[in-house]
Amino acid sequence: MANIKIPTPLRAYTDNEAQVTAEGSTVAELLQNLIQQYPDLEQHLFNEGKLRSFVNIFLDDEDVRFLDGVDTEVAADDELRIIPSIAGGLD
Amino acid sequence: MTVKLRQALQERIFKQMEATFPNEGGGFLLGTKQGAEILIEDVIQIENVFETEEQYHRYAMTPQNWMKMEDEADARHLTLVGYYHSHPNHVAIPSDYDCEHALPNFIYIITSVMEGQAADMLAWELSQDRRKFDSRRLEIL
Repeated sequence: MANIKIPTPLRAYTDNEAQVTAEGSTVAELLQNLIQQYPDLEQHLFNEGKLRSFVNIFLDDEDVRFLDGVDTEVAADDELRIIPSIAGGLD
Repeated sequence: MTVKLRQALQERIFKQMEATFPNEGGGFLLGTKQGAEILIEDVIQIENVFETEEQYHRYAMTPQNWMKMEDEADARHLTLVGYYHSHPNHVAIPSDYDCEHALPNFIYIITSVMEGQAADMLAWELSQDRRKFDSRRLEIL
């Protein structure tokens, strides 16, 4: 069981909880368990089964893209944080 | 949903956007949510980290910016209610790019800057199905 911090706009889908727990031994398993608990999160985190490009997962302040991506192993007391990359502009 | 913004904060955004013209600028909106109203209490300028040659039509922040601002909002008993950015020489209407990179339950304030002068400011919120932005009433106090 690891803790996951939810970004402010998505707390509307976690009963307004900023911090939730999920089960799994990798980032992918934890995220899968998270969206099983809170299905409305899925479309905002994933697109066609893949993490959206602007969604970053940090494990104890390190971007998992620089570890083993969603295959990164997670210990029971680790802190995961979901962080959107804010971007905007003209087409 | 009505977004309330003090005139002094609007002027601060306008000055920042005019200073970054012809490039895009932006930052975070901290405030409070009460029912169908959002009161913006502070605006925090954040450096545009997109590649310099693309900044005329692109704006981006780092994930670390987000973390720091979310933690600061918690410490100040405020909420990270949205973000603002500019559209240089373009209308203050969200683009497809804006839509693809947006989250719902978050206010997007866009300032149109025409030839270096802030010309318009509009507030938007992504629909729950992610298909479009809905206009939100922006009230200047």
